[in-house]
Amino acid sequence: MYRYNDFDTAFLAERNAQFRAQVARRIDGSLTEDEFRPLRLMNGLYLQLHAYMLRVAIPYGTLRSAQMRQLAMIADKWDKGYGHFTTRQNIQYNWPKLPEVPDILDALAEVDLHAIQTSGNTIRNVTADHFAGAAADEIADPRPVAELLRQWSTDHPEFQFLPRKFKFAVTGSPNDRAVTRAHDIGVRMIRNAAGEPGYEVLVGGGLGRTPMIGKVIRDFLPKEDLLPYMEAIVSVYNTLGRRDNKYKARIKITVHENGIDTMREKVEARFAEIRPLFTGVDQEMLAEIEAQFAPPAFRNAPVSAYDEARQSDPVFRAWADTNLAPHRAEGYAIVTVSLKKHGQTPGDATSDQMRLLADLAERYGHDELRISHEQNVILPHVHRSDLPAIHAALKAADLATANVGLISDIIACPGMDYCALATARSIPVAQEIAQRFEDLKLEHDIGPLKLKISGCINACGHHHVGHIGILGLDRAGVENYQITLGGDGTEEAALGDRTGPGFAYDEITDAIERIVRAYLALREDADETFLMAYRRVGADPFKAALYPEDKAAKKEKAEAHA
Amino acid sequence: MPRTFTPKVVTANALLEGDVVYLTEDDRWTRNLSEAELITDEAIAEVRLLDAARRQSEIVGAYLVDMVAGANGPEPTHFREDFRRTGPSNYFHGKQVDDLSRI
Repeated sequence: MYRYNDFDTAFLAERNAQFRAQVARRIDGSLTEDEFRPLRLMNGLYLQLHAYMLRVAIPYGTLRSAQMRQLAMIADKWDKGYGHFTTRQNIQYNWPKLPEVPDILDALAEVDLHAIQTSGNTIRNVTADHFAGAAADEIADPRPVAELLRQWSTDHPEFQFLPRKFKFAVTGSPNDRAVTRAHDIGVRMIRNAAGEPGYEVLVGGGLGRTPMIGKVIRDFLPKEDLLPYMEAIVSVYNTLGRRDNKYKARIKITVHENGIDTMREKVEARFAEIRPLFTGVDQEMLAEIEAQFAPPAFRNAPVSAYDEARQSDPVFRAWADTNLAPHRAEGYAIVTVSLKKHGQTPGDATSDQMRLLADLAERYGHDELRISHEQNVILPHVHRSDLPAIHAALKAADLATANVGLISDIIACPGMDYCALATARSIPVAQEIAQRFEDLKLEHDIGPLKLKISGCINACGHHHVGHIGILGLDRAGVENYQITLGGDGTEEAALGDRTGPGFAYDEITDAIERIVRAYLALREDADETFLMAYRRVGADPFKAALYPEDKAAKKEKAEAHA
Repeated sequence: MPRTFTPKVVTANALLEGDVVYLTEDDRWTRNLSEAELITDEAIAEVRLLDAARRQSEIVGAYLVDMVAGANGPEPTHFREDFRRTGPSNYFHGKQVDDLSRI
């Protein structure tokens, strides 16, 4: 894992000292809020509905146990004993007080963490496949590339005032777990016909009020051209992107309005200009970073303890079958720890839970933890013989919910319980839906189903790419929830289709149950997932289940005409 | 016919804690909505907001919000303001805790 060098440490110390002075000047009245606001946003500090919120970057979702312990300490000392993991692999503290934020930032710096560029019209935290370096299907570890992009984009003088925020995602696997097609820039590590490593570059994806699937701007970019090409794209966007209308300012609109071919021409022209300025130092830096991401020393040991536990303990077996993913190393597994216990807040972890996860990572997991954009915690490198002990420890901490990839593994944004932009609540909707399917004992029968909830049109909850998406809106002063079906965030990315009129807060859980029961009734067999069934039959059977009165009315009308 | 004016309360977030505050008739910032001044005249509401917004060392983001008169002071007309005066619904945090301590 990447460790800060002297430059990183000094840079962060200087930034934190600057922000400490800025906070002091705001408090003593020397700075107005208009002057202070951009400064606090550059440092990840928002003002939300009930309090300030500090968004801390977890670069490409990777943490060491010492960092996780420090996040727990911060939650206890300056917040309310918990943190919220987000869909950008970040952690948010919901209750910091302004005068204490500089101390929090200093505590983060002690473990190589910061909150820089987690807000504002800058390049945000670079996300990556949460199974990076561990997944059996991986071509290359995306984290060195993500770290290089982080270093390049942090405090990049040209890109501090972009038309709008800018998000990168990187994957090193053909199975896209990083939603690269819904990012401003998606980088996919690939090999060309000659076997040389390089990148497929996607541009102009995004969710929000105008969702778009990213388009390929370069189908093969040689490895050494990465930074100049990224710089060319952001540079063209910085010039061409609209600043007259906030809602048309993202690069997805720039690409949409100018066309991908024009965009490509401009980017290639800019690339030709700046390519000579990159003398190879960036590749030397990348090589140094890559060395720091060398795989841990995997051990060769029998897995009989795992096999025995699987045979004898049905609870362990259910968890293992749901929450483990194939690891590249023999005898190892990737463990996804669900932060989605039925009825609890998706993505929240208490300080005690964070400490336990840190302990488990240290003892059994080569000191590594990941945060997924699906708001779970990953132990990426676990030997199977250690799984029974890990499961027992997780169970004692309320962390052994066996629901990863199932309907209760819901992505939900904070919604109107915290967010100043929200138009409706998300969290209680997620809680109620998860609890409903737990009570029905149906979710393992339903199988893989991604349900995602956003509490406003900005789509932090990724509802557009949920197999079932829910969007909470304010309709004439009342919470109303629209449903989309058939979205997909993988390499086959698709945007969901709206079913029709929305549902009231107290109707939405029933509506979701009707969709799921319709799926169970029409699927060919248990191997046909919800998404496969939707692609086969289309929206009509689900609409009929959602709006039975429409169907009855149509029938009545047809009969009247007969 | 002139449109009817919905009564207003001046609200903001406290500078240091970030929590929700309301302006009282005697120019204090209170955490308790029932103590807020319910302004029934549009012109007065605008002036109260302008004056309140200048108090930059105490608050952030002052705005006027629709309220109606209730038995126990102003009452929100929109669910957003109902959440602001209560706190989040997933944990017993925020104003609802303070409200309990006041009883």
